[in-house]
Amino acid sequence: MKMMKTALTAGALALVPFAVLAEDSSDPIVIPIHNWSSQIVMSNVVGQILEGAGNSVEYVTTDSQAVYESVRLGDVTLEMEVWEGAFGASFRAAMEKGGIVDVGDHNAVTREDWWYPMWTKDACPGLPDWKALNDCAAIFATPETGEKGRYLDGPVDWLKHGAERVEALDMNFQVINAGSAAALWAEIGAAEADKKPIVVFNWTPNFAEAVWPGEFVEFPAWEEGCDKDPAVGPNPDALYDCGNPATGYLKKAAWDGMEAKWPAAYAILEKVSFTNPQIAQMAKLVDIDELEPDEAATAWMEANPDVWSGWVN
Amino acid sequence: MNGTGSMTRGQAAIGLLIGAVVLTVAQYIGWLPNWMHRLPETAIPNFAMVLDIIFNFVKDDLGLLTFTRTLTEGLEWLLDVSGNIFYGKNRWPNIGPMPWTGLAAIAAVTGYYLGGWRLSLLGGGTMIWTALIGQWTIAMQTMSVLAIAAPLAFVIGLSLGIAAWKYEWVDKTIKPVLSVLQTLPFFTYLLPAVIFFKVGPTAGAVATTIYAIPPMILMTTLGLQKVSSEVVEAGKMSGCSKYQMLRHVYLPSARTEILVGVNQVIMLCLAMVVLTAFIGMPGLGAKLLAMMGSFKLGRSFEIGVTIVLLAVMLDRMSKAWVVKQPEHFERGTPFWKRHQMLLLGAGLFVGFTLLSLVLPIAAEIGRKQDFSQGKELDNLIKGFLDIEVVKSTTWFLRAFVNVKILIPFRDFMLSIPTFAFIMLVTAFALSLAGRKQAVLAALFFSLVALSGWWDRAIITLYSVVAAVTIAAIIGLPIGIIAARSEKWSTRVLLMCDTAQTFPSFVYLIPAIMLFGITDIAVIFSILIFAMVPLMRYTIEGLRTVPPEMTEAADMSGATRMQKLWNVQLPLALPTMAIGFNQAIMFAFFMVIIAAFIGTQDLGQELQRTLAGTNLGKNFVLGICVSLMALTFDLTIMKWAADKKRALGLP
Repeated sequence: MKMMKTALTAGALALVPFAVLAEDSSDPIVIPIHNWSSQIVMSNVVGQILEGAGNSVEYVTTDSQAVYESVRLGDVTLEMEVWEGAFGASFRAAMEKGGIVDVGDHNAVTREDWWYPMWTKDACPGLPDWKALNDCAAIFATPETGEKGRYLDGPVDWLKHGAERVEALDMNFQVINAGSAAALWAEIGAAEADKKPIVVFNWTPNFAEAVWPGEFVEFPAWEEGCDKDPAVGPNPDALYDCGNPATGYLKKAAWDGMEAKWPAAYAILEKVSFTNPQIAQMAKLVDIDELEPDEAATAWMEANPDVWSGWVN
Repeated sequence: MNGTGSMTRGQAAIGLLIGAVVLTVAQYIGWLPNWMHRLPETAIPNFAMVLDIIFNFVKDDLGLLTFTRTLTEGLEWLLDVSGNIFYGKNRWPNIGPMPWTGLAAIAAVTGYYLGGWRLSLLGGGTMIWTALIGQWTIAMQTMSVLAIAAPLAFVIGLSLGIAAWKYEWVDKTIKPVLSVLQTLPFFTYLLPAVIFFKVGPTAGAVATTIYAIPPMILMTTLGLQKVSSEVVEAGKMSGCSKYQMLRHVYLPSARTEILVGVNQVIMLCLAMVVLTAFIGMPGLGAKLLAMMGSFKLGRSFEIGVTIVLLAVMLDRMSKAWVVKQPEHFERGTPFWKRHQMLLLGAGLFVGFTLLSLVLPIAAEIGRKQDFSQGKELDNLIKGFLDIEVVKSTTWFLRAFVNVKILIPFRDFMLSIPTFAFIMLVTAFALSLAGRKQAVLAALFFSLVALSGWWDRAIITLYSVVAAVTIAAIIGLPIGIIAARSEKWSTRVLLMCDTAQTFPSFVYLIPAIMLFGITDIAVIFSILIFAMVPLMRYTIEGLRTVPPEMTEAADMSGATRMQKLWNVQLPLALPTMAIGFNQAIMFAFFMVIIAAFIGTQDLGQELQRTLAGTNLGKNFVLGICVSLMALTFDLTIMKWAADKKRALGLP
């Protein structure tokens, strides 16, 4: 017990100089890391900015859905990438329970929809129009789907309503749900070998754009209420008869105690905002150039000082 | 079990079977009303809500959260210290990290001390591989948590094991709790671990510890029960106190079993390395998930190899420790001679540490200096998948096995009316085990029906049954052939160790690339895992057939086939049944993980609850899996025990 006390005192003393400088608590700010590169590098960039401002920072690897419960409890201090499509539901649920705050949007738009790699276009030249896609449904058939084409949707917990759309637009497709992002990549990777046509759920910004150039399928454009009012969209009797909004948000979120405990860090976080090309750049440093995430963050910061130096101070 | 008793049991089982068939036929003709096929929605109680209320009550009103969070602080301090020592986390005592060369020397010397130059090579080699491949820091992050979790599991398991041996009631309460814990899917541990023990290494350490405790308890109890009465008498005669009896008589006599428990703890800890990354465990698992997220097969494969090497190294070393008897020296042997290995290890460690101060590469190998072959491996894997034979085989499997066999089988299982299905399972338990197991089977499956997740539960069961069946078709012959010679037994067992510790996530991706997101990919990934115990226990069972029996068969002029079918297999069957049971348990474990491929079963729903808002539902789903697994566990284990007794085997 005595040893533990000594240790704690020693630990606290070691951190005192920082505490005086920043007026923030000397406790480490805990930043969660998930399993896709842009989020990892962005979290490292923000971590290094905060460290530069005198805060102590720690990273923790977590599941990207379960993280919202941890932010609410204050175990994790902030979250750099809240995707409207993939995590909007979890984020809103956590907001309702309390303990988490919205720290504003990045200057980036996210888009999530049906997508195909470029080689698909050779077999189905009418793309990206959705009607053309429907006309070549047969080339997307698999043994399991028989005559129909297969559309590979995201995991069920992302709530993408692929099946409803197929129904609403009377498409000749069967929807199969992948279990994880990794499963989607595996299917694209397998199709790549002999350039088999494939249509899957995908989103931007992410690393896949750099590895497999491709396009989104153009569905009837999103109109407000398409998911609530059957009258909206081409089919008067069905919901989800348009594409997803092409401009979803990408938010930052934080524990509601952060502002009081680390006011300076919170002020920086409020200003942080990345754009689509910046996010793609960060992902590329890891996915293509094979840097480790912390090195990638340092490299990115060295290359783009004008982007982030305004956020400090 | 007397003759007439089993007759009536058999008749009852056949009666249930006929009832089930009649109901199913009625369903196909269309005579069965809907409410007889599936329980109507209105009949399903809202277990999830009740569980949510209980959970919140225990968490907040009873103050469990405050209690566990206090424990977490202590645990966090321990993890910080080991984090500093292993990978230089910025915490007290600020002395780490240890240089890789130093640790490699320690591993080599320990290996030599325990098992000669081969183990020495394995120990040192593993460390050198880890460093050269560029995974040193992440491997040490993993080890820093395991270095706390494994001893914790050991201490708790040993204490509970002693308590269970000492007090009948502890034994009676612990057994069912352990069974449920072992069958509960991992996704059900995840949220409570995060809520009560804080996301990060702490939750990772707690989840690992809980997962690793059960065999330690069982082995401790087993070892203590086996202590011979002569030894106990000798201890009593020399006037030992109660504590002295335990410390100097019982525990040393149970040394072998306890060390086997330690070995199991280590293996289970390593099995959790990747899964715990979902709740904040740093290191190899987290890196593996990140690599898979960006489709880097080669580097995930390398991480898998590191995990296997670490596991095999620790396994072999701890097993060598089990066999090694304590050394005794003559009085007057000088200190340095008694501890020469310890001194050699310490000396080398200090030497390398000093060296690393002047030569940075001896301390850490940077990203640019490593020998990772990630990209080349990527191409190799993709090249393999592109071979024409491989492609046509997998296409055939998809078009034939999946469409013509698996999917119709699944649809058939789904078409059986709920009540008929419960009757079938009850008949199965009744004919194999007995009345008690039959009652439990009926109760457990009725609860699953009442949970409202029946269809998904049946799909889960379908994957398990299909995978274990195929695993048996492939695994049993391999086991039987391997059991013929010592050499092949060892080889197949090494294969089993590798398959068991190689992170399943790594082969989920190739499975998808081979078979697409289909039932085959799911069953394939379960299959690899489920074959391990089948092969292992078949070899074990066949090789422990008493030699008198096989000699008797030889003397009466039996051919090899006759000997196998009439002597060896019947005698090995109870042991093989245990393997079969474990295969089912492993399959239930893996089928939930296979949700990452894409399934429509309980695992998919469990994955959906991870966002943290549906704790009650998460528990209901988890318990459904557990109840189904327990039904099989109770039935098969009872059958194996009966059979063993009947055959007069130990």
